[in-house]
Amino acid sequence: MKRVEITDKAAEVVKQLKAKHGELIFHQSGGCCDGSAPMIFEKGDMYLDESDILLGTVEGVNFYMNQDQFEYWKHTHLTIDITEGRGASFSLEIPLGLRFLIHSRLLTDEETSFFNSK
Amino acid sequence: MSYSKPEFKDKYSNFINGKFVPPVGGEYFENTSPVDGSVIAKYPRSQKEDIENAVEAANAAKEAWGNTSATERATLLNKVADIIEANLEEFAVVETCDNGKPIRETLNADVPLSIDHWRYFAACIRSEEGSATELDQHTLSMNIKEPLGVVGQIIPWNFPLLMLSWKLPPALATGNCVVLKPAEQTPASATLLMEKIADVFPPGVVNVVHGFGPEAGKPLASSSKVDKVAFTGETTTGQLIMQYASKNLNPVTMELGGKSPNVFFNSVMDEDDAFLDKAIEGAVLFAFNQGEVCTCPSRILVQEDIYDAFMKRVIERTEAIVQTSPYDVNSMVGAQASNDQYEKIQSYFKIGKEEGAKVLTGGEANILEGDLANGYYIKPTILEGHNKMRVFQEEIFGPVVCVTKFKDVEEAIEIANDTMYGLGAGVWTRDAHQLYQVPRAIKAGRVWVNCYHAYPAHAPFGGYKKSGFGRENHLMMMSHYRQTKNMLISYDKNKLGFF
Repeated sequence: MKRVEITDKAAEVVKQLKAKHGELIFHQSGGCCDGSAPMIFEKGDMYLDESDILLGTVEGVNFYMNQDQFEYWKHTHLTIDITEGRGASFSLEIPLGLRFLIHSRLLTDEETSFFNSK
Repeated sequence: MSYSKPEFKDKYSNFINGKFVPPVGGEYFENTSPVDGSVIAKYPRSQKEDIENAVEAANAAKEAWGNTSATERATLLNKVADIIEANLEEFAVVETCDNGKPIRETLNADVPLSIDHWRYFAACIRSEEGSATELDQHTLSMNIKEPLGVVGQIIPWNFPLLMLSWKLPPALATGNCVVLKPAEQTPASATLLMEKIADVFPPGVVNVVHGFGPEAGKPLASSSKVDKVAFTGETTTGQLIMQYASKNLNPVTMELGGKSPNVFFNSVMDEDDAFLDKAIEGAVLFAFNQGEVCTCPSRILVQEDIYDAFMKRVIERTEAIVQTSPYDVNSMVGAQASNDQYEKIQSYFKIGKEEGAKVLTGGEANILEGDLANGYYIKPTILEGHNKMRVFQEEIFGPVVCVTKFKDVEEAIEIANDTMYGLGAGVWTRDAHQLYQVPRAIKAGRVWVNCYHAYPAHAPFGGYKKSGFGRENHLMMMSHYRQTKNMLISYDKNKLGFF
């Protein structure tokens, strides 16, 4: 069972970015303007520590979120999708005229007990 | 009365070293209007080399600019204010076209406030003084405020001209040169301003470079030839910029958004008078600027004994909002600034409903007629639920408010502070004790008391907690753009006697 999944369309973009930039990570951003969105960076560009929770791996890319934010997200399942758009962040998909975004749903009872037991 | 889409050139350039120059790589991106999805113009898709050229120009200009008199700098800032004022309508229409906000707001808020910020800092730099202290009979300590040098500024798209006018004047007033990168969603008003003020400052003092975050923003934020970076945006980019700044041991200021509570105590309904009317409007201000405000009062907290009666009036007022063409002076809520915002907001409706939030009004996109059908319109929305829901905790950045109730003062404060953020808050009451005690207990940098969404230049603005640090507006902001030179002067003719 997975907390984070990715649509086929978004996975294609991740592949494309990997081919150009090498190893990558996702980090979920909070706050205003271009926030509340998943951002993708070259691995090593962002300093991560134990306050960043690893939620899972999609297309070989780790997906992280800050601990404080995870407290409010832990009961939800996330699907990374891609849409046309333009952002002002440093996320690598932006020059393509695309933006990653998150679709969420509540975890099922079965998923909740699975993740709680881990 | 209605305005129409303004005329634009086919493409625009960066403004570097006092001249309009095309991007080195020759690439451009297409900027579109959220009003109807139509093309505005092409803007430079700048790369590292363009940023380097701008940073170099700023460095070449900083010595002379830093030594100009306060009188001269203030005169030039006032000149910019006069130029914007003389072209107020043109700026307002361009801003509405580029951002999607209603013309009523750009004419009466964005542009007039921008003008005032230029004048405010022109006044500050003329009236402030350094300090000198006689430490003992023969020793004088003199503090001289010196500019940092070159400042990199990265601004957001929600108030393009106003955020530029929050950041540029204090940096320039204090004798710094600036390289500014507007958000790629809204490059138009910054470009228009450079066209209008191209000759005001010496070459290199103000530079504007367009482009995407990873290609132009990152080189600016990480440049070792920049002495300070100021950023308004979200938390992840804020963290990255601080990392880059740490490599250069540079100071930074951050304004990173919020999830601001707007708290209504039962005394607001003691009378059905002008104040109650003001309080209801205060609750509906969540829809101001399509909710695309860092301090959007996106959580309404209402005392339980007035909850039903108060919310009935808030819902009525929300449903009376006119949402039509942003060029129409009657429109109160315009288009979201971009397609991805539009989709993100709708994804929050879905998760909110799944988490059990009840839609009291709105809750869907608003498909307008004609050309506007291609714009990004969302109905002003009120969701009812509890504070642990994601819609109560995340910045949706849309005309969406989440409402919940509280029993007493203690619970109001607890809910208000149960958030990662601390940028803004509102407190509404007729009780003189609550008026002081509750704002003091709320952990936020700006608490509006019996008002909301006022941004005078003369009041400091900034965040607590994960909303950032440093202040904008107010003369205290000038300290963020300066360093202190302490001259320790001895008037004693006699030696120490050590050697």
